[in-house]
Amino acid sequence: MGIVSPGFSGRPRSQEPALPPGQYLTEDFPVLSAGPTPRVSLDTWEFVISAENGTEYRWSWQELMALPQETPMVDIHCVTHWSKLGTTWQGVSLDTLLDGVDTGAHFALAHSYGGYTTNLPLDDLRGGRAWVAHTFDGAPLPAEHGGPARLLVPHLYFWKSAKWVRGIRLKTMDEPGFWETAGYHDYGDPWREQRYQGD
Amino acid sequence: MTEMSYLDGNMLDGPMRELFTVDLSTAMGRCENCGMTGSMASLHVYSHAPGLVARCPSCESVMVRLVRAPDRAWLDMRGVTYLQVPMPMEQTLPEPL
Amino acid sequence: MATGTPARAPIKWQVARLVERRVETPTAQTLVLEVPDWPGHLPGQHVDVRLTAPDGYQAARSYSVAGPAVDGPDGPRIEVTVQRVPDGEVSPYLIDVFGAGDPVEVRGPLGGWFIWRSEDTAPVQLVAGGSGIVPLMAMIRARRAVGSKVPFRLIYSVRTAQDVIYADELRRRGRDDFGLDVAYVYTREAPDGWRGEPHRVGLADVNTHGWPPDLEPLTYVCGPTGFVEAVADLLVGLGHSSRRIRTERFGPTG
Repeated sequence: MGIVSPGFSGRPRSQEPALPPGQYLTEDFPVLSAGPTPRVSLDTWEFVISAENGTEYRWSWQELMALPQETPMVDIHCVTHWSKLGTTWQGVSLDTLLDGVDTGAHFALAHSYGGYTTNLPLDDLRGGRAWVAHTFDGAPLPAEHGGPARLLVPHLYFWKSAKWVRGIRLKTMDEPGFWETAGYHDYGDPWREQRYQGD
Repeated sequence: MTEMSYLDGNMLDGPMRELFTVDLSTAMGRCENCGMTGSMASLHVYSHAPGLVARCPSCESVMVRLVRAPDRAWLDMRGVTYLQVPMPMEQTLPEPL
Repeated sequence: MATGTPARAPIKWQVARLVERRVETPTAQTLVLEVPDWPGHLPGQHVDVRLTAPDGYQAARSYSVAGPAVDGPDGPRIEVTVQRVPDGEVSPYLIDVFGAGDPVEVRGPLGGWFIWRSEDTAPVQLVAGGSGIVPLMAMIRARRAVGSKVPFRLIYSVRTAQDVIYADELRRRGRDDFGLDVAYVYTREAPDGWRGEPHRVGLADVNTHGWPPDLEPLTYVCGPTGFVEAVADLLVGLGHSSRRIRTERFGPTG
């Protein structure tokens, strides 16, 4: 630990039970990005689930919007230590999208317009815990926050909620994504503070 | 704001000097994807992210990723074919090692 | 420390103490720090400043060193100029709380690219946006300190006259430092008696107050990312070689 600078406290860190360890509460919605913001036209936008046997399941924007919609209200936790509570979204549950997908895979690799990837166990995309979200706080999701649509998996650190999501590849073997190949945790449970590999 | 959210490769100097004794921002690097060779100081660095991501200013491919945990650092330079680092002139001639 | 002499010791944090502060604008202050083991630096280099809270929490930011180091009774002193970032974590502390004699940790100097060397005889143009003036001021001060006759031109973009950092000194140097020209661009509100409307730095400003491309000047542009992008595009459009343009962008973290 360094020399303490008198009177410096930094951002308030959580003592609240609602926040995972090491997180602080924020009211705004910080924009994080690892590259230029892709601009995706709704006319050409598509979402593709690729099963391990090569079968692909595709949805256009209109087809996605025609599916049953849910409005989750969730807390989100970014690995850069901010948390935002009670955020409201609208989107399609991955349960709905995976329904009818024939797979024996245990892992998923989400991939995005712009090239980002992140891996998750397929089970974590099921059970009403994951969505393809297109609306935030009652308005279309802005591009800097991942619009037209992003993955929303709020029970894991937010880097798993891939912005500008384009599809999910189902895998029999776990394949680490963009941050997972650079030191970040393969699972990323904020309540167990799984930030880095080995945490 | 969105496309304008990167910094110059200059800022890599502090984080990289934790790992190296040379100032990599004065080195030249070749992009593995497009072959462009230029100063590492001219890379586009995205720092509002879980780590630092430095991209080629020409093709925007990822050249360097640096993640810093309190007790560890990860450096991924697979997007850089080579680095050309300025060195002080030495009198000795090259010879087989 | 210099380009071409890469072998240096790994960089370490060291303790610095606040000696004094100067108010530059309503939102910017210059902090004079005593850094006993400061190895010296080149104009344009920066220093990382790290704060530690009693529970071990740390936050670090990068600041440009504003001028040559000076000798104090207890070792070298360096200056940084801090612009307050609303809702920032570090800059409000440094401006409002950090007191004389208080410690912070620093490491540096950093950055071997965005620097000016007095051996280089090419004319220099400096384009600053807001607090992007700081490393460029370091070059202006160093030029005078070494008695350089290299001609310098500064274009300084600010929102209003009261946002000008180093206003008095720039007025004095524009008059007394032979070969230094200082021009302002006001983006929000121009002072009384100013000709023209508030505007962003444009082709006419760079044409009038910069150097023509055939003189092959060295250009340093520092400011927020969008500003640097726009100015660099203007300069390249005018025929300046991108190899002669050095940029330093800064983000909104504070």
